[in-house]
Parts: sequence; C-alpha cells; structure tokens
Amino acid sequence: MQLALFGGVYNNWLALESAIHDARRRGAEQLFCLGDMGAFGPHPDRVFPLLHDHNVICIQGNYDDSIGNDLSDCQCGYTDPRDNYFAQISYEYTYEHTSPASRAWLRDLPKEHRLEADGLKMLLCHGSPRQTNEFLWESTTSTHFLDSLADEYDADVIFATHSGIHWQRRLDHGRRFVNVGVLGRPENDGRTCVWYTLARTGSDVSTDSDDPRLEIEFVPVEYDFARLAAEMRAESLPEEFVETICTGWWTTCLEVLPARERRRGRF
Amino acid sequence: MVATHDTSDLDAAPVLVGQEATSDSGPAPRVVLRHLDELWFQVSGTLCNLECTHCFISCSPRNNSFGYLTLAEVERALEESVRHGVKEYYFTGGEPFLNRDILPILEKTLEYGPATVLTNGTVLKPEWLERLRAAEDRSLYSLEFRVSIDGPTSETNDPIRGPRTFARAMKGVELLCRHGFLPIITMTRTWPDEHDAEVLGQFRKVLAQHGCNRPRLKVLPRLKIGAEQQRTCGYTDTERVTQQMMADYDESQLVCSHSRIVTSKGVYVCPILIEEPDARMGNTLDEALGPNPLRHGACFTCYLYGSICTNPSSSKRE
Repeated sequence: MQLALFGGVYNNWLALESAIHDARRRGAEQLFCLGDMGAFGPHPDRVFPLLHDHNVICIQGNYDDSIGNDLSDCQCGYTDPRDNYFAQISYEYTYEHTSPASRAWLRDLPKEHRLEADGLKMLLCHGSPRQTNEFLWESTTSTHFLDSLADEYDADVIFATHSGIHWQRRLDHGRRFVNVGVLGRPENDGRTCVWYTLARTGSDVSTDSDDPRLEIEFVPVEYDFARLAAEMRAESLPEEFVETICTGWWTTCLEVLPARERRRGRF
Repeated sequence: MVATHDTSDLDAAPVLVGQEATSDSGPAPRVVLRHLDELWFQVSGTLCNLECTHCFISCSPRNNSFGYLTLAEVERALEESVRHGVKEYYFTGGEPFLNRDILPILEKTLEYGPATVLTNGTVLKPEWLERLRAAEDRSLYSLEFRVSIDGPTSETNDPIRGPRTFARAMKGVELLCRHGFLPIITMTRTWPDEHDAEVLGQFRKVLAQHGCNRPRLKVLPRLKIGAEQQRTCGYTDTERVTQQMMADYDESQLVCSHSRIVTSKGVYVCPILIEEPDARMGNTLDEALGPNPLRHGACFTCYLYGSICTNPSSSKRE
C-alpha cells in the first residue's frame, strides 16, 4: 500500500495542489492531511475544495480547532511576545476569510485517525497522540518517550506534524515515529520547497529498503511560490511571512525552536 | 494519615504519604503526575559560587544541605528513566559547573535524550565548552544552556547576584556563542510586569553587542521562598491554590504534573520545593510517582504563571 501524508497547509493552497498531483502521479492510493489548514498564507477558502475534491482524509489541528470553535487565538502556545504578535495577525486574517461552512467542517474533524496497512497499526495525529498542540522536535524528544507513546496508544507507526520540520525515528520492535513535515512553509533551510511524506507497506516497499514492512520517503514539493508571495502581498499579509516563502528561512515563531533546529536557520 | 518509608539516606527527611494540607478553603488540591516528561537533577545540590539575594533555595558557597550528585547516581536515574519514557533532562543547582562530574554527566545524558543545564555563566571554561560542543555534535539531541542574568545592565543585575556578576556572566554568554551554543537568558522579574517589553528590548541590544545575535530570553516570576523570602517577603496565608481555583484549570501548566527532581537526598516533587521536607517523595522514581498536594505558596506562583521551569520548546499550554 502507498499512502501520502500531508502536514500543516497554512493556507498554502498552491503547495497543496502541487502535492496532491505529485502524490497521485507517484501512485498514492489514499491521501491524508494531519491538520492546520489555516495560518500564514492567503485565501483560506481555496484549501477546502482541494481537500474535498481529492478525498483527502483530514484530522483536526490546533488551528482548525480554534477557527472551528471561534476561539481567540491559534493555541500554538507561543511564549514570546513577537511570535504571538505575528501569530495573531495570521490567525485573525484566517478567521475572517474562512467561510462559516468551512469553519463548521473544521470544528467537526476528528483529532486522530487510525488505520491498518499490511498488518501495521497506524495512528495519525496532529502534534502528538496525547495533545494536539504538542511540539515533538527531533532534538528534544527522546526515543524512549516515543516508545512510551507507541505503547500507550497501541501503534506501530505514529504520524504527526505541527512543528514544521520533517523527521523520523526508529523505535523498539520495528515501530516508527514520523513527522511528515508541512506544506505551508519551507523548512527553515534556505530552500523554497515544502515537504510531504509517502509511506509504503507490503508489496509497495522497495527491494532496497532496510525495513521490509515500512518505507518512508520524504518528498520535496516545488510549487509556484512567487505566485503565493504575490497573493500574500495583495492580501496585505506581513512582509516577514512573504520573506519566509521566498527565501526558505523562518522569520517568525522562532522562540519555540530548540537550539539545534534554531541553529540551522538564519534568524 | 502520615506514613513513612525507610530510607537509606541518613539525613533524608521522612516521606509523607497521603497527608492533606488544609486551609480555610479545604484540603489542598492534589495534582496527578500525568507522565514523567522532564526529569531534573539537583546536580550541584545547594552549592553555588554566588549568593543571589532572590534565590528560592538559599544556595551559597556554604550551603551544603544538598550535595553534589555523582556520575554513578545520575546514570542510575537515567537508566530508571527509560522505563518511564522521560522526554527531556534538566540540570540545576546551585551552580552545576561546580560539580567535577558535570562534563561526563552531560555527555552521558546526551546518549539518553535532550539535556538542559541551568548555569549562572560565571565559571565556564573554553575547554569545557569544546568538550560539550563535541558531545552535542555526537548526539541526536540538543544541549541547551540557560544562563541566569537578572536584567540587561550591571545596575539591575549586580545588586541581586553580586558585584561584577553581570560582566562575568556576559563573558560566559560570549563564550557559549563562540562555541556555537544559543543560550537562553533567564531573568527573574524584579521589575513591574508592564516593564517586560522594555527590559527585553534592551537586553536584546546588549546581547547583540556581546556576539549573541539570536537572543533567546525567558522571564521568570519571583518565588517568595528561600533567600527571596528574606529579601522582600514570603507568601501570605491566602496565597495558596484552592480546590475552587482548579475548576477548568489546565493542570499541565503545573510543573508537578509532568516533572520530578533527583537530589542527593532522594526524589522531590519539583525543582522549586526541595527545601520543603514534605516535597520529598521517595528514594527512587518509582516511589515518587504519586499525586502532589499543592500546599505551598510557591505552588500559587506556579499556578499563576505556568510552565515556569521548562524551555519554550517544551511549552505545554493546552
């Protein structure tokens, strides 16, 4: 089986469109989105028809919970005043430009999705299985903590997003934790592409895979970022957000980064 | 009911089980440990080269009521922590870099998970940081330094932390930056809350002048216990968490819902309360997993401000 897993879209409907076409072209049988449809980018309501038309199975991120339930902020839990200032701008923009019907749809999304693929129990969540807005960074998450999540939530593979940077860790008993990355903004690495994840099981696993039961491929997505930047400017979104789209370096929401991930960026 | 466990530490306080602290508003609310996310180590006990007037555990060069942890003691707890699925490790004191084992302790810890060390920044040596740079580079995990400096000038810092400590700590920050670390500067708020933005802005400029061009800042509330109780005042009887206050409260904001601390005298509930005998929970992590009654004035500060001990990357706001 081959599954495509998308992380936070952050209103980046152009990247979502490219990722959907790329995943279909590669033969993905089912598409999933792990939540946070809104934030950061322009025109929130352009995301939903893409998700619906391509039968993307969606779960709820913290942003979706906030927008769907008319909350006052995105629940990212930032502690830095500058981060909160910019987070509030994108939250208010997204809330005002999300239709009531889309808000209702976001409100009713499930917080997790479980499936079995070729004998592997897969758990799809947003931040972590235990808390939607928990950041699981590669450099601040011990392997035995992930093992304890896999035990507690009875999963062979846990897929999550939320932190914005893809990574994976092999766990005890052949289990795996995978952060699928995000489609909404680049990964703070100076490249303009965004990322999604393909998971192959059973007969779809390549012969050269070192794990015959599960193969994870992180897929870079090139898309028309210049068009997205132009749309963001036309919507008067902050130039700091546009800069991230055009340069691949994060300019906001930096204080939650651990030292190792922060060092990789420019700011 | 008060029950005691036998302890092997001669000077350890008895473990109190099932004791209910009461106030006018009823018994203290009890907080369940949801998961042991952070394991702390009181790695240098109460020994510090400084004697800050606001220290919440009265650390000083002479206070040896809690001693250094050895590498073997830390290794034992690290091994025990695997079974509990601990996510991150924190090291505090006193001044952790007074402990001669601190380098091997941090090196060993980085084999298990991410490590954060809380230091006053005044005793760091280049050769230590070279070794720790290599240890972090070998590891999957981050090594974070939190450096305590109480304000952006010697005028705000030195009256609290001691003469010339601002200049010495800033040299420590420069050294950390030169070795590729991105220290988190933590400051205890000894100014009105509404001055935060101004203080932080000034601090960013000062840090940039010292080669720290990606400043990470964390403001901590004052805890009115230990030396700070003498400097200003302690908690009043009404500054306690009550059952009523817990209605609709996000308990994950409380350190005791996700942390414990290993000391030379056993395992305590949190890094703030080690001088409170009733905060000792057992000899081992297994013995320290029970619920914690919010009996103390410091619990009131933890309740009000939330997540005061963890790094911003591990914020737990629900």
